[in-house]
Amino acid sequence: MKKGRFGEFGGQYVPETLMNELIRLEEAYEHFKNDPAFTEELTALLNNYAGRPSLLYYAEKMTEDLGGAKVFIKREDLNHTGSHKINNVLGQVLLAKKMGKTRVIAETGAGQHGVAAATAAALLGMECEVFMGATDCERQKLNVYRMELLGARVHPVRSGSRVLKDAVNETMREWAGRVDDTHYVLGSVMGPHPFPTIVRDFQSVISREARAQILEMDGKLPDAVLACVGGGSNAMGMFYHFIGDKDVRLIGCEAAGEGVETGRHAATIAKGRLGVFHGMKSYFCQNEYGQIEEVYSISAGLDYPGIGPEHAWLHDTGRAEYVPVTDEEAVSAFEYLARTEGIICAIESAHAVAHARKIIPSMSKDKSVIICLSGRGDKDVAAIARYRGIDLRE
Amino acid sequence: MKKAKTIRDAFANGKAFIPFITAGDPDLESTKKFILAMEKAGADLIEIGIPFSDPIAEGIVIQEADIRALASGTTTDKIFDMVEELREETDMPLVFMGYLNPVFYYGYERFFTRCEEVGISGVIIPDLPFEEKDECADIAAAHKVDVISMIAPTSEDRIRAIAENARGFLYVVSSMGVTGVRSEIKTDLSSILASIRQASDIPAGIGFGINTPEQAAKMAGIADAVIVGSAIVRMIAEYGTEAAPFISDYVRRMKDAIR
Repeated sequence: MKKGRFGEFGGQYVPETLMNELIRLEEAYEHFKNDPAFTEELTALLNNYAGRPSLLYYAEKMTEDLGGAKVFIKREDLNHTGSHKINNVLGQVLLAKKMGKTRVIAETGAGQHGVAAATAAALLGMECEVFMGATDCERQKLNVYRMELLGARVHPVRSGSRVLKDAVNETMREWAGRVDDTHYVLGSVMGPHPFPTIVRDFQSVISREARAQILEMDGKLPDAVLACVGGGSNAMGMFYHFIGDKDVRLIGCEAAGEGVETGRHAATIAKGRLGVFHGMKSYFCQNEYGQIEEVYSISAGLDYPGIGPEHAWLHDTGRAEYVPVTDEEAVSAFEYLARTEGIICAIESAHAVAHARKIIPSMSKDKSVIICLSGRGDKDVAAIARYRGIDLRE
Repeated sequence: MKKAKTIRDAFANGKAFIPFITAGDPDLESTKKFILAMEKAGADLIEIGIPFSDPIAEGIVIQEADIRALASGTTTDKIFDMVEELREETDMPLVFMGYLNPVFYYGYERFFTRCEEVGISGVIIPDLPFEEKDECADIAAAHKVDVISMIAPTSEDRIRAIAENARGFLYVVSSMGVTGVRSEIKTDLSSILASIRQASDIPAGIGFGINTPEQAAKMAGIADAVIVGSAIVRMIAEYGTEAAPFISDYVRRMKDAIR
């Protein structure tokens, strides 16, 4: 495969101003990923700071209730900062520091990646600025304040539709203006090469652990692993070490919003078309003239019109399957997991739980599945209440 | 229909002035009027922007122009039709400036065929760097359309390869960051131009941030052309369909400054 490509997907479609910086980043990453001192330092941060390895939890009540395959849950929600995002930011901020950078910038949708980036920057002594759509800032005020507490500066993005895609645009613009001392901590397995590879590698700790854990706990590999997909970082992390295990189904759950036929969704694989955007060739929700469309999901973290290039490739080669999950199904799954297992998960992760509820009852009891619970749901409680017509004031 | 002059012709009369406007801002009839007014005022080549929903190399002025243009119903097909109509009245060299996705989605063969039909001599695609130019370079060349390369303040060791392979003219980005008026340009452009000259004799124009006749004169002292976008688009934002006389006057002053 061509460097930086997954089949025809991926590439480096960015302004010339950023090209040398991407080349330097790739060289630095290739060097440090093989440097024992770097990997040791990163492992120490993951274990002693972020709380890894994360639990693989056997969800006995859910298994009994659904009456099919055994349910295991990979608890990324128990990581420090409450989601899988910390795995990637610790890696990238440490790499940036080794590259001699003193400042990191990041985009954020719901605020999970922004909070994680601000956390890593605080810990490693870097300046941090986060770009967040003005609409998302309004929806996730608590996370804005959280980032500020961590010493980051949050810039509300007022261009375009004022959500995640616009935050990515603005962070790229900021980076093109200042590369010397600044690293762009991209939050998902997207963007120009080498980001999709770097982020996937840093997130692959999820499946490296989960694969060993389930062999230990259940004595065999799972029949399926499920994860939600926006840009696709927790899913890539959850899939990666299972890709070679041909009998393990890899299932990505996309945000279908109000339904894939309503035009109010963010289901890129179901409805997107091949295109080139945010530095990569992949699938995007776009109109008949290649203008990127506004997408919708109850989940701000899945509210992205594209998908990482490696997912596009896993889809095209048939190795992974991608399914749409509606807001209503995700909210029901959010409530179900809370009642059944006492776990309040992120609304993003609830998309994976929702699909698991659909497929598990028809699987035999000697089978097993792993659901990646990418984050915890404290941030979503108010929005879920609103969805159910309850007005909460904090 | 008039046969379009070439990019080479644009550089035949001393230093060239290259203005940019976004097609369809505020509507395509006005765009046509503005292009003809700029030609009359002394523009040597005009860059017509194909609006995009997410223009990541643009500052706020051109971002807003793209929003206005898309809101007025501008599409790639309508832009081609507008250029076709323009060709009844002018033979001046024209190039497109646009992001890759609308071109990709339209279909490279279909896009460059239409470019050739209506007399578009080149395309500037800011998110198509040297490494990815194979994406459409051959198809464009087959239709006699130059894919114009850019050089940035960070290009350094990349300048030689880019310049050696450049077609039409080279677009030298004056500053870090995005398009938009700047009070001061700090990049050492003379040494960038010197590196280009070592590799190629292709004409080079400087763009990004240029606003005043004084800045233009300074840039023309080191390059073959001066490219101005945001300063003109700002007038359209202010005067809308009535912007032609203001643009005309501005282009005349800028061209005079670099003669």
